Amino acid sequence: MTTAVRVRGLTRRFTVRGVLNGVDLDIAAGEFVALVGRSGSGKSTLLRALAGIDHEAEGDGEIIAPARVSVVFQDARLLPWKSVLANVTLGLTGPDVRRRGLAALAEVELSGREQAWPHELSGGEQQRVALARSLTREPQLLLADEPFGALDALTRLRMHALLRRLSETHRPAVLLVTHDVDEAIELADRVVMLDDGRIAADIPVDLTGPDRPGRFLALRGRLLALLGVVDPLAA
Amino acid sequence: MNAPVTAPLVVASEIGAPAERIRLGLGKAAPLGWLLGPGLLLFYWSVGSASGYIDPRILPAPWATFGTAVELFREGRLQTNLAVSAIRAGEGFVIGTFAGLVVALISGLSLTGGYLFDGVIQMKRAIPTLALIPLVILWFGIGETMKVTVIALSVFIPVYLQTHNALRAIDLRYVELAETLGLTRAAFIRNVVLPGALPGVFLGMRFGVMAAWLALVVVEQLNAASGIGYMINLARTYAQTDIIVVGLVIYALLGLLSDGAVRFAEARVLAWRRSLAA
Repeated sequence: MTTAVRVRGLTRRFTVRGVLNGVDLDIAAGEFVALVGRSGSGKSTLLRALAGIDHEAEGDGEIIAPARVSVVFQDARLLPWKSVLANVTLGLTGPDVRRRGLAALAEVELSGREQAWPHELSGGEQQRVALARSLTREPQLLLADEPFGALDALTRLRMHALLRRLSETHRPAVLLVTHDVDEAIELADRVVMLDDGRIAADIPVDLTGPDRPGRFLALRGRLLALLGVVDPLAA
Repeated sequence: MNAPVTAPLVVASEIGAPAERIRLGLGKAAPLGWLLGPGLLLFYWSVGSASGYIDPRILPAPWATFGTAVELFREGRLQTNLAVSAIRAGEGFVIGTFAGLVVALISGLSLTGGYLFDGVIQMKRAIPTLALIPLVILWFGIGETMKVTVIALSVFIPVYLQTHNALRAIDLRYVELAETLGLTRAAFIRNVVLPGALPGVFLGMRFGVMAAWLALVVVEQLNAASGIGYMINLARTYAQTDIIVVGLVIYALLGLLSDGAVRFAEARVLAWRRSLAA
């Protein structure tokens, strides 16, 4: 299996978001990894390092990441002065940019809304546009920083299904930062937990076989215990 | 099986209506309510003039003022002077806006440009433009060049300041986004910085329009041989209060109209914000 991401001995000091104290992490091509941890554990710091947007960061370590990396933020981060389609195709070049943008919008079930202004869409729809924007780059690595954190519970469930489908179609390596243990188990092949800037746990998610709900609950209880929370469902 | 629960029956009247809350907000504004103040002012002015309480030498009656305006228009003096004033203000506004935009782009989009220009302009900002008039007169004489220069300088400052501010205040989140999308610097400026700064540009232009009329009023008091200011000055010499009032009303209308024009252009260009405000 080819490796998409390789991180060795990554440290980040003096950041407002949480430090990193020597992180080693590999993500295989096409693998879906969820990164969980308490606030300030360094989740976002690691994601920003992989995205290459931590210019002010101090620290060292080795990062190997693919050429095509897309980022989905917690806020959809659409430019309010550009139509939905122009947001999706922002920065793309080539003869068939429009067709690619429309195709990506169709994939997130927003056909027909391409001329709308971002603020005319609901929060979930805006986040779907952001997903479409990241897909048009055909990323080898998709970084998502709590992308559903600001959505209501029902919309979040729909977005889970959409993200699972999209990642199965396009097969990027995915690093999903989330504070939602259920979301992590539901979506990821592997859950990595950061604590105080170190990898505290690295647990494969295997819900195949009989008693899927039981396995789900067991893993959920284990992850929550590692986070220092007593799972009311496991008690 | 659950036994049927017998809840005590409460009749609505026993609880009473929901507590009446004092409304602390301002409530709904009446349509055209803003006209009340100006309307009352006009009413007192009319009553005062009709009853002879206001001396026409102090302030002529509204209808007399209106008659004077019609007469000035028939003679052609009103439109001639108005055209001269409007062209002066317009030239100054266009030059000042253009210069303000160009310098703001240079100093807003690059650190070096900022080091070069911003300090100088912030210093200039501390000197009221109208205080520069004596110097401008020595440089350019007393003619049109001086007048347009003073107006352009007055427009330059607010256009520069607001544009520069808006360019430098680009949301960091959009900068990050542009980086992750791999935009070139040119594409970043074209797609993110400039459209994001446009509201600031328009704000600067609205301040600029007002500054242009203010500067116009002042320079037209200085040895002008035409223009609304000249008309007012001449009227002062002959104690024609009605013509002075007509001139002032014209200034007010010009200010309102040009502000409206900039706001109209703003609404057209910033269509993405329109339904946001609605």
